[in-house]
Amino acid sequence: MSGFFSPFITKPVSVSQIMLHVLFALIPGIALYVWFYGPAILVSITLASITALGIEALMLKIQHKPVAPYLKDNSALLTAWLLALSIPTLAPWWLVVVGTAFAISISKHLYGGLGNNPFNPAMVGYAVLIISFPAYMTHWLAPQGVGGVSMSFSDQLGYMFQGLLPDGLTLDAVTMATPLDTLKTQLHQHSQIEHILNMPIYGHLAGKGGEWVAGGFLLGGFYLFAKRLISWHLPVAFLGSLFLIAGIFHLFDPAHYAAPLLHLFSGAAMLGAFFILTDPVTSPTTPRGKLIFAAGAALLTYLIRVFGGFPDGIAFATLLMNITVPLLDAWTQPKVFGKKEKRS
Amino acid sequence: MKTLYQFHGGIHPPTNKTQSTQTPIRLAQLPVKLVIPLHQHVGNCAKPVVEAGDYVLKGQLIGRPDGHLSSAIHASTSGTIAAIDMQPVAHASGMADLCVTLIPDGLDKWIELAPCDDWQSLPHTELRHILRNAGVVGLGGAVFPSDMKLYAHKHKIKTLVLNGAECEPFITCDDLLMRERACEILLGIEMMRTLLYAEEVLIGIEDNKPEAIAAMQAAVTAGGYARMEVIAVPTIYPGGGAKQLIRVLTGIEVAAGVRSTNLGVQCFNVGTAYSVWRAIRYGEPLISRVVTVTGNVAHPQNFDALIGTPMDELVAQADQLPGTTGYIMGGPMMGVLMPSMQVGMIKATNCIIASSDQLFPAAKPALSCIRCTRCADVCPAELQPQELYWFAKAKNLDKAEDYHLFDCIECGACSYVCPSNIPLVQYYRFAKSEIWAQEAGKKAADAARERHEYRESRIEREKREKAEKLAAKEKAAQDARAQRAALAAVPETGTMPVAAENPVQQKIQAAIEHAKLQAAAAKPKNTEQLTPHQLAEIADIEARRARVRELAKDNTEE
Repeated sequence: MSGFFSPFITKPVSVSQIMLHVLFALIPGIALYVWFYGPAILVSITLASITALGIEALMLKIQHKPVAPYLKDNSALLTAWLLALSIPTLAPWWLVVVGTAFAISISKHLYGGLGNNPFNPAMVGYAVLIISFPAYMTHWLAPQGVGGVSMSFSDQLGYMFQGLLPDGLTLDAVTMATPLDTLKTQLHQHSQIEHILNMPIYGHLAGKGGEWVAGGFLLGGFYLFAKRLISWHLPVAFLGSLFLIAGIFHLFDPAHYAAPLLHLFSGAAMLGAFFILTDPVTSPTTPRGKLIFAAGAALLTYLIRVFGGFPDGIAFATLLMNITVPLLDAWTQPKVFGKKEKRS
Repeated sequence: MKTLYQFHGGIHPPTNKTQSTQTPIRLAQLPVKLVIPLHQHVGNCAKPVVEAGDYVLKGQLIGRPDGHLSSAIHASTSGTIAAIDMQPVAHASGMADLCVTLIPDGLDKWIELAPCDDWQSLPHTELRHILRNAGVVGLGGAVFPSDMKLYAHKHKIKTLVLNGAECEPFITCDDLLMRERACEILLGIEMMRTLLYAEEVLIGIEDNKPEAIAAMQAAVTAGGYARMEVIAVPTIYPGGGAKQLIRVLTGIEVAAGVRSTNLGVQCFNVGTAYSVWRAIRYGEPLISRVVTVTGNVAHPQNFDALIGTPMDELVAQADQLPGTTGYIMGGPMMGVLMPSMQVGMIKATNCIIASSDQLFPAAKPALSCIRCTRCADVCPAELQPQELYWFAKAKNLDKAEDYHLFDCIECGACSYVCPSNIPLVQYYRFAKSEIWAQEAGKKAADAARERHEYRESRIEREKREKAEKLAAKEKAAQDARAQRAALAAVPETGTMPVAAENPVQQKIQAAIEHAKLQAAAAKPKNTEQLTPHQLAEIADIEARRARVRELAKDNTEE
């Protein structure tokens, strides 16, 4: 018997499956990531996953919660993957471990575990790392074919685990500032946008390589939408608002403000729209709440990217908007059956 | 083609209906005994009018309606009343209730019925009276006395909605009834329409019942009914909920706490319409109904079974399979697990599912809510179940009410889709019962406070009245003294009699005299008729007292 009370049947769907679908949806983006930047990201993801599961088990055990059912829900894995994708490819192993451990233990379990954390754990991990170890957080590998030097996989592993670079190589030679960062610094040096975009790191829409990875995440987003794992509200409102805000600035002064598509396909915009903002635990539950939340996140992202000091704005925009979630939920309660405005 | 409306949410659980629609409705065998609860309807429990040992005929009244909102209960067959006592009944509470146990004599002999060929000629109050005394109640599950719903209200009823949607999985009793007895259903509907002065009739049937739709449509055409439409509605759970069906057919949303009749709509189950016809045309009380027996049985099918038939006897006729763990009355979404397999089926029993671990596997342990809002997506009442869950869990009942807890129809769609396996509906039932309990407690406290306040005010009033009386006496005495003084001061005018001058004074005087007389007349009762022994004792005591007084006097004098 499924219990003493109805309903006696349930739909065969579990949190574990949902999370698995989301992980699956990340694969196109990760595959393109590997294609352009080499397999180091897979090492980061693996490392983050092992750390996340270990810390999750430990935290559950300390709190005397059932370890197996919660460990199997795949939520820790998702946090690990998202964090690994957010930090630079060439990150030393401990950076990944510290970030993941903080995300799982402090920002998830100390707030009560799955379902109770007010802040997106992966973004908290990212914020901690970028504030504590800013230098390490800039070591983004240049995509294949950009810059003179490229690192082999073993070279990448050597750096990640032993901090060693091959003879004759410096970090500056193999890493680069992100396209968004480059844009900002170049603009500060009074370059014109069209000149900046002619630099080799830029591709068709945004950063070379990065734009494809973003496309991969967009594809994954469509999968989530097709599987009805996310509603349209968050991604559409986020990308739409970002497009609109960037578009207004661009129209107003195209020489100093990049085109909206560059913003959509740069940094973590696509990852954020489909995989980070859509974390159900830390986003509003009502349709209108979702729209406001996503629009706010887009505005903050744009402001941080263009006028702020950090290379990308997704993480802080997400965290800041996370604060507003209880308020948005309370404010945007939909009208219930039979109690709507009279329709004539 | 009529425009249909949609309601928010809904789910598509496996329907599991075809298993029990393969064979026609079968007349169930007469059981060894019948256990007929006296409370099968909304309202007051029927009052038993028979005693243990009485012989009753089929259709004989055994419980009369008690009060305005109540319904009659009848003997389902002829036989002897074995007992009238508390028995487990088919109810969610699992508590025992007053039941009549009837041992059939096998003759199945009807009481003399009062058929009516020409019901149109009867006054409407008479028709309602027949329905009430025939124990006709809503057979869709709500078991609300039908006569109470068949008034022409102060609000004009435009639309009469007939519910043949049958959205719950497994249940097929209405489907089969419509397939086989469409004409009689329509005759009953016509009676309902007359009683309600309703303009149009909309019969909603889910589109997974093409045979029933065809049969009903054919009957409408054959009968030449005007403004009566059979409408195929989309198959979606809970599309057969009254509010949902009304919404789909008319576009009207009936909010919680609002009567659909205020919005010009009344809704009945098709099975009820059939019973209305039988009751008025043939005078047959509601003593049987069509019930689906399905689940863990070899031959799932529908029975026309007598009210009171023990469920295990009925399920046995469909060949119960081993591994049956219990019976669910109703469907798997809103059904109720029976407290025992022997409980008698009641008017609300539309379906009995023999459950097994295979059919309904054990629930997985509930995990944390991840706020995925699948529940909100499917909620037909457009609630935010995840918020309600949060408030109910925290016993934050005020907040739960603010978030429209009482608009929840307990359809279970939220629990069905929850990926964390949280028994959401259970939380809402709990919160509702907590609030009811609180309100009952508050009412009791209010009553106690009122009683206390009344008592206080009564004591206060009595004190005041006493004081006033005293004051009046005092004043009267003063007045009298003053008068006497005045009389003394003016002896010449003393010839005037006091009494004549002051009638009040006279009355008081008379009362005092009367009291004195009474006191004199009243003898000290406890000193009457004493035995010599007692008299001696008293004398002894008096002597002791005198001595003590003497001693005391001596002491003080010393």
